[in-house]
Amino acid sequence: MTARSARAGAVLFGGIVLAAIAAPVLIANPPEQQFPGYVQAPPMRPHLRDDNGRWQRPFVYPLRLVDRLERRFVEDRSRRVTLRWFAGGRLLSADPAEGPWLPLGGDALGRDVYSRLLLGSRLSLGVALLATAGALALGALVGAIAGFAGGRLETLLMALADFVIVLPVIYVVVALRAAMPLVLSTGIIFWATAAILALAGWPFAARGVRAIVAVENKKEYAESARAVGATPWQILHRHLLPAARGFLVAQGILLVPAFVLAEATLSLVGLGFSEPDSSWGGMLREAGRGRAFAEAPWLLAPAAAIAVTLMALQMLGSGLGDDGSRRVPNLRQL
Amino acid sequence: MHRGFLQFVARRAAAAALLVVLVSSAALILARLAPGDRLTGFDVDPAVAAAECERIRCQDPLWQQYATWLGRAARFDLGMSSRYGRPVGQLVEERAGNSVILGVCALVAATAVGIPAGILTGSRRSVVARVTRTASIILLSIPPLLASLTLLLIASRTGWFPVGGIAIDGATLLEQARHLALPVAALALPMAATLERLQSRAMAEALSERCIIAASARGVTSARLVWRHALKLSLKPVLAIYGIVIGALFSGSFAVEYIMAWPGLGALMYEALVARDAYLVAGCAAAGALALAVGILISDIALGAVDPRSTEPA
Repeated sequence: MTARSARAGAVLFGGIVLAAIAAPVLIANPPEQQFPGYVQAPPMRPHLRDDNGRWQRPFVYPLRLVDRLERRFVEDRSRRVTLRWFAGGRLLSADPAEGPWLPLGGDALGRDVYSRLLLGSRLSLGVALLATAGALALGALVGAIAGFAGGRLETLLMALADFVIVLPVIYVVVALRAAMPLVLSTGIIFWATAAILALAGWPFAARGVRAIVAVENKKEYAESARAVGATPWQILHRHLLPAARGFLVAQGILLVPAFVLAEATLSLVGLGFSEPDSSWGGMLREAGRGRAFAEAPWLLAPAAAIAVTLMALQMLGSGLGDDGSRRVPNLRQL
Repeated sequence: MHRGFLQFVARRAAAAALLVVLVSSAALILARLAPGDRLTGFDVDPAVAAAECERIRCQDPLWQQYATWLGRAARFDLGMSSRYGRPVGQLVEERAGNSVILGVCALVAATAVGIPAGILTGSRRSVVARVTRTASIILLSIPPLLASLTLLLIASRTGWFPVGGIAIDGATLLEQARHLALPVAALALPMAATLERLQSRAMAEALSERCIIAASARGVTSARLVWRHALKLSLKPVLAIYGIVIGALFSGSFAVEYIMAWPGLGALMYEALVARDAYLVAGCAAAGALALAVGILISDIALGAVDPRSTEPA
């Protein structure tokens, strides 16, 4: 049961990552292009059969704004926009001359929500994965030093870890980010956000690694390595840290969803990626302006994407085996 | 109360006080070091900057500024907010009340829903239990950030609840409760799911203990077995997690307050951070740390009452 759901979670998360990698091919429109007639237009469903019930190549009917005040659109059945496979380096897209195809509707500027969602996954998942790697590396380093050195240094480092663990993650992240200049370039925001998240996330890994290293360090094989003259670094690197590998993988699976959510929160409040870059949190910020999503629920597509990502990782994490790490559910993401 | 327990409470209280001092100090220094404040920002009127500098004594070395602030904060004088032009203490007091109402209501609601649901799913295999389990697994993927967006969408489409904000002063109790419902639900639903999962696992583990099997062999009815014997065993791991739950409550309420326009401490802290209002940042951090420390202290004492072993020094 758990093994099956873990496999399903792995497949789902793998699919999400693949979609992010292949985003430039999968999108239907350039993410920055604005279609003036399609401001907050609803999603456009591709049709395969025409009105007579005959099978056709996939096509959409262009939308026409009939009520400016209520922003009501109707399909213009008199005309068809045929969708083309593999045209202009895109999997499926409409001919720009015939009219746009917005699979998940348009946003407040008439841009394609679907394409922005796909490209946004690269920033959102990229930051989360990079931050996870950083948090695990930092945590492993601190934990290994503490567990290996013991004594005062160990007490000090673990007290520091406990202090950070107690603090609500979001406040740590928001406060650290707000202490930097508020307006930065995309590249700097990417690295800075990842670094901040890693700084907030390392103690979880450090605590576990310290415990593992302290136990393994007392075993015969570490003792014999010492006897033949291995340096402390060699013992750590060759013998002790590999023992913590399984634990670190489990920690990583718990950290990624927490970081996806943290990025979304940062961008939502305007401290993360900002326009015109698309990230999931940034899109939610735009959707929240004047409560636009109440009229156009498809603007909440990034929220659905985040929920699916969290669910995939949660299923993946449920199959890690009952090694103690499962006993504490993942509270970090809340 | 025996002596060891009192010592344990004193130790925990000292740790809580240390947390408050450390967090507010760190927040003050962080906010003071942030670039683009009222002294160095590029669009600041020199006269304003000079007055501001006089007020926070920016000529003094940083450690002296900090010492001055700490000395006054010890006497509950948290200084003036540069953004609002009002004493920080007043501002924090107003907003902290709203946050505490939100947090306590959410915690109570999550406990009232999550724990009984967990007892049900941990002890039975019925259709209801399976539906509950599925619902909570889905809810676990909808943290407060997503829950508040979803609930706002539902509220604005149906008009059943006010769309964000807090009731005006003097509103009826019903009106206040209607404004409170959505933020509390957004915060409580994912937390109830977490508690349900925890309680369910603890219950299942408790029911497989030998003492329960022995009790069942003695002829204790199954309802009594679950609600008296196993429940007592299962509460320990659940109570042990409440300290973390309170921290999670804080993290979650930040997004909820922002999205639902709930005028709480999280929203105030955010405004203060962006406005580079160092005293207000420190005041918010102190209040937040105090609430967090008190919450953790209460959960520690509750755990100590259920499981005296946890009060021994590590």
